[in-house]
Amino acid sequence: MNKFINDAAQDENELIQGMAKAYPKHLRKLDCGNVLVRAKKKQGKVALISGGGSGHEPAHGGYVGQGMLDAAVAGAVFTSPTPDQVYEGIKEIATDVGVLMIVKNYTGDVMNFEMAAEMAAMEDIRVEEVIACDDVAVKDSLYTVGRRGVAGTVFVHKIAGALAEEGASLDEVKAVAQKVIDNVRTMGAAIAPCTVPAAGKPGFVLGEDEMEVGIGIHGEPGTHREPLKSANEVAELLLERILADLDYAGSEVAVLINGSGGTPLMELYLIYNHVADVLAEKGIQVYRTLVGEYMTSIEMQGFSVSILRLDDEMKRLLDAPADTPAWKELG
Amino acid sequence: MTDSRKVMEIIEKISYRIEEEKDYLTMLDQPIGDSDHGINLARGFGAVREKLPTLAGKDIGTILKTTGMTLVSTVGGASGPLYGSAYMKAGMAMAGKQEMSLQDFLAMMKVFVEAVQQRGKAVAEEATMLDAMIPSLAAMEEAAAQGETPGAVLDAGVKAAWAGVEHTKDLVATKGRASYVGERGLGHPDPGATSYSYMLEVVRDSCA
Repeated sequence: MNKFINDAAQDENELIQGMAKAYPKHLRKLDCGNVLVRAKKKQGKVALISGGGSGHEPAHGGYVGQGMLDAAVAGAVFTSPTPDQVYEGIKEIATDVGVLMIVKNYTGDVMNFEMAAEMAAMEDIRVEEVIACDDVAVKDSLYTVGRRGVAGTVFVHKIAGALAEEGASLDEVKAVAQKVIDNVRTMGAAIAPCTVPAAGKPGFVLGEDEMEVGIGIHGEPGTHREPLKSANEVAELLLERILADLDYAGSEVAVLINGSGGTPLMELYLIYNHVADVLAEKGIQVYRTLVGEYMTSIEMQGFSVSILRLDDEMKRLLDAPADTPAWKELG
Repeated sequence: MTDSRKVMEIIEKISYRIEEEKDYLTMLDQPIGDSDHGINLARGFGAVREKLPTLAGKDIGTILKTTGMTLVSTVGGASGPLYGSAYMKAGMAMAGKQEMSLQDFLAMMKVFVEAVQQRGKAVAEEATMLDAMIPSLAAMEEAAAQGETPGAVLDAGVKAAWAGVEHTKDLVATKGRASYVGERGLGHPDPGATSYSYMLEVVRDSCA
């Protein structure tokens, strides 16, 4: 395993310190742990907190700032942060209007954030929660934990963050966050795994000309393996699953082509080239597009496609100004 | 059966056992999860071991509660809240006690398992740690009802726990991260069920 690291046990600490040092105008790190909050706290608005394991950079600290999150909490690599850390973040950003937690649907994240919310409730801090679950690769049923929250969550941060910035109530911000969750679908594939530094070995091993389909964002194996196909065919495979899951016909959409950390932009753009054509063929109009690394899995060579079905409110909030280290203005 | 001083010893031994099995537990987590079960638990129990000297002379409830709180704040992932809640609730069941009888132990383990069920919103047969916990508790209760010694009761629990670990190979997970790989999880023992079985083994070996 070759990595530019110092001590695997310190990775998350050093990277969070690095982000805080890189973006002092946007971010401030709490002394108590790996919690990044806005450099300037904004009072009187609903405060948004998200987070998860490390290894997803620029998520989640990169989305802290005006128009998006108020705090991001980072755990060890691919490991949910602990309740006490999330609670410290909640306490720091809490306003009299309340706090919204944006949690991705992974067993650990859900449990740790809920324990933090229980702690906050004891201090009379009003906390609500939404759980992102955009990954269509996972079968959803009443008897399972349901779908994972993956890259589509970035849209939740942006749109709910924009409404919070306008001064909406906690119920309103929660409702719009849920609306994004209900309207976004994602699916991904990978051609090379990633290695959790402390584990020292990759999460799965692929043969020549194989790809792993239905990957999450934690280097875990996907739902199945297939022979590697051309970029266009892989894009079609993912799109087919996404479009079969939600009726996008005649809608305007936002598209996110998310790189997993080891996929060059060259490949992401040529994938989008075909995604755009397929969507146009199907009469689905692309309103905004994001191509790049928004929620990575360390150095995994993979990508995901997220498609958000928009309405006028979501369009307005997607375009609202945001100033964070990782959010770029949309083309 | 045991007292507060011995409970501290058992927890220390559990911490070393988890450290020894760290790589194996992480390896078990690779095909079905995200390769961190051993790493996370070892980090948590390492933190617990450092706290133990401050607990000398404390009652069993305080020792277990502190263990649980330390796990919650250091492990992360799913196993942190699960084991953390289990040890904390076990501590509440043993509040103020310096001695633990077999009956106390069984009542405590019942609370321990219930805490995992509540926090994880899971039941048996979902390929989780509960598939070792639930049968081992039932086996221990049954052995105790038949008047077996504490050593024999714990031995029955350990055997049932490992049988439960074996059984998770035949189950398609519907809870936890293993649920994302579906049928590809078949043939793989559950890491959480395995770590629980190690813990119970340490208890048996210390109390036999």
